[in-house]
Amino acid sequence: MARARSSGWRRRLDVAVRAVGAIAGGYAVTALATALAARHLPLARSEAVTAATLASFPVYAAILMAAFAAPRTATACAWLGGTCAVLGAALWLSLRLGGAA
Amino acid sequence: MKGGFRQSMAWLHTWAGVVVGWALFVIFATGTAAYFQEEITAWMQPEATPAASPAVAAEQARAFLQRVAPDAQAWYVTLPGKRGASTQVFWVPAADAPPPDRPTTAMLDGAGREIAARATEGGYFLYRFHFDLHYLPVIPARYLVGVCAMAMLTAILTGVVTHKKIFADFFTFRLGKGQRSWLDAHNVAGVLALPFYLMITYTGLVTLAAQYMPFGIAAAYPSEAAFYEEAYPLGPTIAPAGRPAPAAPYAPMFDLAGRRWNGAAVGFVNTVNPGDANARVSLVRSSAERMASRGEALVFDGANGALIAPVANTGVAAQTESVMIGLHAGRYAGPLLRWLYFLSGLAGALMIATGLVLWTVKRRARLADPARPHVGFRLVERTNIAAIAGYPTGLACYFLANRLLPLGMADRAAWEINCLFIAWGAVFAWTLGRPARCAWVESLGAAATAFALVPVVNALTTPRNLAVSLWRGDWTYVGFELTVLALAAGFGWAALRAARRAPVAAARRKTPAERAAA
Repeated sequence: MARARSSGWRRRLDVAVRAVGAIAGGYAVTALATALAARHLPLARSEAVTAATLASFPVYAAILMAAFAAPRTATACAWLGGTCAVLGAALWLSLRLGGAA
Repeated sequence: MKGGFRQSMAWLHTWAGVVVGWALFVIFATGTAAYFQEEITAWMQPEATPAASPAVAAEQARAFLQRVAPDAQAWYVTLPGKRGASTQVFWVPAADAPPPDRPTTAMLDGAGREIAARATEGGYFLYRFHFDLHYLPVIPARYLVGVCAMAMLTAILTGVVTHKKIFADFFTFRLGKGQRSWLDAHNVAGVLALPFYLMITYTGLVTLAAQYMPFGIAAAYPSEAAFYEEAYPLGPTIAPAGRPAPAAPYAPMFDLAGRRWNGAAVGFVNTVNPGDANARVSLVRSSAERMASRGEALVFDGANGALIAPVANTGVAAQTESVMIGLHAGRYAGPLLRWLYFLSGLAGALMIATGLVLWTVKRRARLADPARPHVGFRLVERTNIAAIAGYPTGLACYFLANRLLPLGMADRAAWEINCLFIAWGAVFAWTLGRPARCAWVESLGAAATAFALVPVVNALTTPRNLAVSLWRGDWTYVGFELTVLALAAGFGWAALRAARRAPVAAARRKTPAERAAA
């Protein structure tokens, strides 16, 4: 925050990128994690869906906080993108092997 | 973010709060009022008087429906319960019937007669406005509310993380010290009912989870309907037999329900194929009697009164979800707990309001010329006033309009609501042309005046004034009017304080502690 005055627009861009990354990327990670948990939690199907959905909001909040706590925007975006890719691949496999719902 | 974990969390707390703060204040204040939606409706329909016992009310409703809609496909009856005054009935006309020449809903009084009460949405409007907003399509409006709730959840969690000494802060309140006082006030209001804020925000998201986070259902089920069918089975549907049959009496069904539910009351009586040999009567447990919100139902054969197996999902997650939604809506709460909900909600509104003011106070101190702020800052300041003082003024005008609009007016119920927004908009427009300090004093004064006028206008336009209500022991009316007067006093006190406040001190040097918290 101390550098705010030295290069205003650069900081603004940085904050904007991080905010979009955290809000949209965080939502994507949460959505993928919820979908995976709904399919694979060791519970009855409707129970797994409800449990996963209930957990999704604290998970999203935690991701948002982590994304803003990361020291650098690039780090935050890399983590979000990487997690998205891994979870997305896992869900794709799950749907391929386990059959679409 | 630069500058360590606590600083970046403080930054996130500020911005998550400021971006949605105005909407949050309105949503919080409205939801708080909606805890008394039935009492508010009772006040807004002075023509309605309380009803008899549930079983009697159900029989009266059936007699009414047999007279008005004997060949309907289904009847739905909402019994009055402990807090409301009237029985509500709704019916689905027969598929081959000509278009009905009257509404297919009615409100019945304690003697089973249809009430010709003034047209109003009553407290129900506040309940719906809390998550559906108004003048907007429902689905986008709910997304908007969801974004606000998610930002609130983030703001609460980061607010907790930011605080080094959350307990000590609760006992710290330095009055009359400008920015420091606003920070103290925000901390006290924030810590006061912190578990409530966390609970209410999270459970609020849960109530609309299927819209906000639909991917669990999408990944495991072919459709949303398939999920609900499996999770909350309704039992098989049944076609009419085509043979008329006399209806079994309700009293034994109510007795059985009371025994099954340990004495809990019936809230809803729904009848499919009424008057037919295949009639089905379901008694749904009143939501006033249990924390879980997905009503337990007992289904009876409507012709011989035999119990057909009850249906309910007893899974742990499903029950948890049901209790979360129940906790949010608070329909189970008795009078004491209901007041606690209401006061916690007020504290929450206060927390949001002080947070918004704190932001502008801090910001003003950092401006190049704090005495002559730029347009953006002035707009933010005016919007603060419009939300914090203007919206309550609008609410009071909603109650005033209920008493003052002509009874026979076309679209009367809609115009009551329009009055809320007109008054609110008028306050906003007024603040735009005034210096900030005058705008605060005047709008807070307007809110105080409007609330104080509510019992006065009620006394002038109905026979049920405060003295009469006290004499009769009509606690719904007494409670409503005393609450409104207390709000008037609160806004009046705030207006006086704002008027007495010294003009904003020029940019004061910050202490190192404040700079760290900024």
